[in-house]
Amino acid sequence: MRKFDTKVQYLKYKILREVARYAMEDRLLDCYTEIPGIIVKGPESTMRCCIYKERAIVSERIKLAMGGDKSNPNVIEVIDIACDECPVSGYNVVHDLCRGCIAHRCEDVCAKNAITFDENQKAVINKENCVECGRCASVCPYGAITNRKRPCERACKVNAIHMGKDKCAEIDNNKCISCGACVYQCPFGAVIDKSFILDVINLMKKSRNNECKLYAVVAPSISSQFSYAKLGQVITGIKELGFHTVVEAALGADMVAYAEAAELAEKKFLTSSCCPAFVDYIHKQFPDMVEHISHNLSPMAAIAKYIKETDENAKIVFIGPCTAKKMEFQKESVKPYVDSVITFEELQALFDGCGVDITKLDEGILDNASYYGRIFARSGGLADAVSQAISEHGIENFNYDPISCDGIEACRAALLRASKNVLPNNFIEGMACSGGCIGGAGCLTHGVKDKNEVDKYGREAYEKTILSAIGFMK
Amino acid sequence: MNIFVCVGSSCHLSGSAKIVELMKNAVERNNLNDKVKLSGAFCLGKCTEGVSVKFDDEIVCGVSEDNFDETFQKYVLDKI
Repeated sequence: MRKFDTKVQYLKYKILREVARYAMEDRLLDCYTEIPGIIVKGPESTMRCCIYKERAIVSERIKLAMGGDKSNPNVIEVIDIACDECPVSGYNVVHDLCRGCIAHRCEDVCAKNAITFDENQKAVINKENCVECGRCASVCPYGAITNRKRPCERACKVNAIHMGKDKCAEIDNNKCISCGACVYQCPFGAVIDKSFILDVINLMKKSRNNECKLYAVVAPSISSQFSYAKLGQVITGIKELGFHTVVEAALGADMVAYAEAAELAEKKFLTSSCCPAFVDYIHKQFPDMVEHISHNLSPMAAIAKYIKETDENAKIVFIGPCTAKKMEFQKESVKPYVDSVITFEELQALFDGCGVDITKLDEGILDNASYYGRIFARSGGLADAVSQAISEHGIENFNYDPISCDGIEACRAALLRASKNVLPNNFIEGMACSGGCIGGAGCLTHGVKDKNEVDKYGREAYEKTILSAIGFMK
Repeated sequence: MNIFVCVGSSCHLSGSAKIVELMKNAVERNNLNDKVKLSGAFCLGKCTEGVSVKFDDEIVCGVSEDNFDETFQKYVLDKI
């Protein structure tokens, strides 16, 4: 069973694992310079031109694993020496494939007259006229016109990453929503999310010494992760790391769905507040829509708030699929409740760095939330949960009409229509990642069956309604 | 008095929701709303011993519908 989708994730994981191992043994600061030699053994290079460059890049990855550039507020960073400076030539004709046909559909469809033909009747794109609309590529019967866009730029649907100085990728923090799409897509692993595992390891040590009680709040998308073991073993593993206990973020989702239903019935139009990348996107691109964002905390923050209010000794780490959560927990409104955030990738690194083999552990139990809280992990789940909450509230004189936006492009389309008052719906469920949280950049694996896993996990919940799950808080 | 009913995963599956309900009713019935603060706790560390309830600093395990009245009498009414 594969632990990761790509070898880039595996490389990132190995560095996080070594950093975690050294930190657990209290020798990171003395010995972190050993790590590049452990990862890149040599003498032959396997990834770059030489082992010295490979080791230099590993050193940069270590810095990010240790928290990254403190002066950069964004949690997504580019490692400049790791960026392969992919060519950015845009639309090009592949001359071997262009047959020099007679139809010239490419020429006819081009509104900018950017296509001419050389002495062999093959198409040539004049870059000065081309506006990169892509219509020529879509009509060529031979597929001879390709778009050589950088994978990071193609992944970024909010146009926040571009070629900067020295051809290296550069992130525009005014546009970036920290969703991590570029992190997952860069084939060289040059874009990375900063890690807070050292903060978490410190908390784990404190918890082991009874200086605090460390709670892990885990996202429901965990049901599609760690498929090489049982979910119950993952829960036991988290406790082995030093956590006092594990609580479902999905219980926070139950709380949010219940509160959001009431807020929606009162205000008549809302956008969801669960996905931090979606919320950030509204702030950056649709400032006039900010007033419509639900005032509820996210599920992560809502459950963390409850725990902190009932246990003054509590420290809380959110474990999920999301890089944008690493931004959210630093917001003033969330900071008091959530102490740190790590991804499933980082949890795997913690397990292995601490020598915890979850496949050998007994199965623990995780059951706090209802079906509805759990299905927040996939696109459409939040809208379903709010619908259920409306009926559990007994709200009758409100015609609920949600739209579930799967991915940030769909969010953009809905927000654009809403901002012009032409959106027929009265609730926008916005999920920046494709498929919802199960498509998050911090997932170990992404698969077509992940949605089914979430639904199955939802059906296994002991509580069948939202009210029965949150009843003890009322 | 602070009462924490454990609503962590194990206690939850052992029926802590019912104990919360009984607790709320008992507090109400005895007019103790001013004197008792009722909350949920996630794991009191006694996962295998039935539903756990913490009365101030004292943890009582295996609270069930059957022994609820007795427990409430002993740990709440007799102490307030």
